[in-house]
Amino acid sequence: MASSDDSLLAELLRSAIAGDERDYARFLERTAALVRGFARRRIGDGAVDPEDIVQETLLAIHLKRHTWIVDAPVLPWVYAIARFKIVDAYRRRGRRVEIDVDEVAETLAQPETERLSERDIGRALDGLAPGQRGVVSAITVDGQSIGETARRLGMTETAVRVALHRGLAAIARRFGRD
Amino acid sequence: MRTDDLIRAISADAARRSPPLAAAWWAAAALAVAVAAVAFFVLLGPRADFALAVETPRFLFKFLVTGLLAASAFVLLRLLARPGAPASRAAPFLALAPLLLAAAVVIEFVVIPPADYAARLVGSNLALCLTFIPLIGIAPLAVFLGVLRYGAPTRPVFAGAVAGIAAGGLAATFYAAHCTDDSPLFVATWYSLAIASLACVGALAAPRLARW
Repeated sequence: MASSDDSLLAELLRSAIAGDERDYARFLERTAALVRGFARRRIGDGAVDPEDIVQETLLAIHLKRHTWIVDAPVLPWVYAIARFKIVDAYRRRGRRVEIDVDEVAETLAQPETERLSERDIGRALDGLAPGQRGVVSAITVDGQSIGETARRLGMTETAVRVALHRGLAAIARRFGRD
Repeated sequence: MRTDDLIRAISADAARRSPPLAAAWWAAAALAVAVAAVAFFVLLGPRADFALAVETPRFLFKFLVTGLLAASAFVLLRLLARPGAPASRAAPFLALAPLLLAAAVVIEFVVIPPADYAARLVGSNLALCLTFIPLIGIAPLAVFLGVLRYGAPTRPVFAGAVAGIAAGGLAATFYAAHCTDDSPLFVATWYSLAIASLACVGALAAPRLARW
């Protein structure tokens, strides 16, 4: 693993920050698999759903991607965010979790695939304003593009992009409160 | 929502630009110095005998200590806003200014007669110091907390305290140009107390302001 993996992820993330959606999706898929493995190993007691950690981490990566330095390694940054989200999830549930900060994360985390569970599709979308919910659910649940969503909802593409960005930020905030 | 669906939504938002955190820090540093300077010149201004004072080592030493404190806190603050940054390795540098000041206090105890200790310690500007360092520093602290909010501090209490120390060090650097108490005994006691009050404000505010 380690360096070659990291340089591929760094390349994808640089391309994503430059605006490439396909490279961003590839980056997020790989990162999700790594964070899933990381979270499952850290969460043994079932108090927190590891998939929640994966999603919170992906949202935080997206909303805070300007905190990554373009020539720095990606994985230490990703795992620091994931670790913070695990600690935060336990804190919200009134529990403490000891996470060894010095542990070398890369040697532990293997890519893992999502197990389909009874995850409630509506839960994350419920708290959104109606306009944002329409846009986010069109893109996530129905798998439409920005352009298709704009045509179907009778909005401009710019308005769709703004609603999408605000919707994602609102979902991230909601995660932090439950 | 399934994670694959979320990935689709996030990647569709790729075009959204956000300036790098490093750029935000340099803008914040310039803004913090500017607002501290405005507050200082409006509220206080330099002391009347400034031109004479700059020839004395005690006066100059104040700027060395406060400037070093502000700079080392700022360097650490930048790291604390970035997940996975080596903040723990930079943290010891924050002790440089306090150690330097402690050495100056020891020297002061040696070179002045014991009868003068109390007068040097209490000085003549105690209330002014405790009022104006926090007053000059509060706006820079707000600027730094704003950038912490834009960043992603994984230790928000510590990051907030360091933001307070950076703002306090900056404010003290300006205030030192007004203050006529130049003894390290005075600086070590009252400047520290004033800066610590800003550190407390930062530590309390950051976890609320910089949630992410």
